[in-house]
Amino acid sequence: MSALGASQALPRRRPELLPALTPLLVALAAAPFIGSFSTFVTLTAAGLAMGMMIFTMASGLTLVFGMMDVLNFGHGAFIALGAYVATLVFAPLATWSSADSFSLNLAVFILAAIAASLVCGAFGWVFERLIVKPVYGQHLKQILATIGGAIIAEQLLYAVFGPAQIPLNVPKTFEGSFVFGEAAIEKYRVLAMLVGLAVFLSEMLILNRTKIGLLIRAGVENREMVEALGYRVDRLFVAVFMAGSALAGLGGAMMALYRGQVHASMGGEFLVLCFIVIIIGGLGSVGGSFVASILVALIANYAGFLAPKLALVSNILAMVAVLLWRPRGLYPVSRR
Amino acid sequence: MSVALTLEGVHTHIGRYHILQGVDLDAPAGLTTMLLGRNGAGKTTTLRTIMGLWRASKGRIALGATPLQNLVASDVARLGVGYAPETMALFSDLSVKENLMLGARARPLDDARLAWIFGFFPVLKKFWLSRAGVLSGGQKQMLSIARAIVEPRELLLIDEPTKGLSPAIVGALIACLNEIKATGVTILMVEQNFRVAREVGDEVCIMDNGRIVHRGGMAELAVDDTLQNRLLGLSLDAHQ
Repeated sequence: MSALGASQALPRRRPELLPALTPLLVALAAAPFIGSFSTFVTLTAAGLAMGMMIFTMASGLTLVFGMMDVLNFGHGAFIALGAYVATLVFAPLATWSSADSFSLNLAVFILAAIAASLVCGAFGWVFERLIVKPVYGQHLKQILATIGGAIIAEQLLYAVFGPAQIPLNVPKTFEGSFVFGEAAIEKYRVLAMLVGLAVFLSEMLILNRTKIGLLIRAGVENREMVEALGYRVDRLFVAVFMAGSALAGLGGAMMALYRGQVHASMGGEFLVLCFIVIIIGGLGSVGGSFVASILVALIANYAGFLAPKLALVSNILAMVAVLLWRPRGLYPVSRR
Repeated sequence: MSVALTLEGVHTHIGRYHILQGVDLDAPAGLTTMLLGRNGAGKTTTLRTIMGLWRASKGRIALGATPLQNLVASDVARLGVGYAPETMALFSDLSVKENLMLGARARPLDDARLAWIFGFFPVLKKFWLSRAGVLSGGQKQMLSIARAIVEPRELLLIDEPTKGLSPAIVGALIACLNEIKATGVTILMVEQNFRVAREVGDEVCIMDNGRIVHRGGMAELAVDDTLQNRLLGLSLDAHQ
């Protein structure tokens, strides 16, 4: 009997669609209040781009939190480090970045993204071995140790790069906007959407179509049993932590380009947002984080336009609303 | 007869509790050894300590000649030890197929082996692509056992496999365990159901207060009401 043959007549799992549709429902609800279609398109495109960048930063955190049960308050340090690494790539390649050449512009962006990911992945390994490994299974100590690590990392960044903000401009090709009628969509935001989507699809592919992904999903649920089946979870943990740090670095580099500046405290600023996203999405759920990132970014953008005073607390309000509806997040992982 | 698994003076502490207090146990190769005892006697802790999920604070554990007491669970499993815990510990978000794929660590799922397993537990074939989390308690128990045997093992540690199963399924499980035993696998099994223990077990160890207080043949215990009363607090006949 073939395993494949056995599967043909058997019931399939039905995906839950309503949580995934929440960003769309929010957009439809906000549209009448915004009034102008072009403004709505601009706000929505900006929200999608911001959501993708937040997702890139937060997806590593949700894997680390979900699988390793580690409260990594040091995640923000990798966001800032990634941004600084991007400046180190852009500085010597300024002529590429400002050239009238799509390929050179794209090359410098790709090099910066790769460098930020690799350097943050490598530092992630050091951080896991030195700071996280001694406090596995001890949440209070994890909070203290990783906050301590984040403070040290931030001060080291100040010591190495100085206290001043470092400007970082997007390559020339990605300056300006695409204009559709009265709606304007910044080119860099389109790039950010594409990169975020690529990150999401890669993660889903790895998680759902590979044995490593299967192990990660199983480890999020019950790491002890994964170990009892003969898999070396500690090595998997290190790899996941490095991947999470690399993604934080990539997200940091992209966010720094979006904002046009880099400073050491930007990591802490986005860490809170990352935690909100992974809680809304369901701890350990990559798909949930993706939906939550878009949801949070759209709500922040719409609120910023419709009720600017409300924008400051819109993320918290979104989290409260989602948790009242689904206390374990949009796509909860079974164990948590 | 050679001994597949040996425990000598094994102590295990969990936090400030001293659970195993010098366990001595031999599991003969190719036979099924039942581990019986009252609740809280230390049976599950014994299996988890062998598996490396809890570290023995003192004593020696050996699989054949290979010491296990300092190994982590993944290394113990790689030596050919399968474990079906009392909690089943299934991956609820993964499908039946994916749970079994993880059980087959060293190689892809083997169709012949799967057919053999489906023969005992056809429901696993029916729900092949369903999430393990939606299975009933009995179906989960079957999947837990199936995952432990989806690859050939040298030693199987099984913790209360019949808990929550209907009599018909218990019958299939007994047949399954006897077939596994016939392939030469050594089994150490915790069980509260005496009928199952009698039908599957060759040897028996009875635990009390973290120690083995009786070792012998299962058949002798099954016919000795006095011994059952003294060691377990009830007789097999009364239990049935």
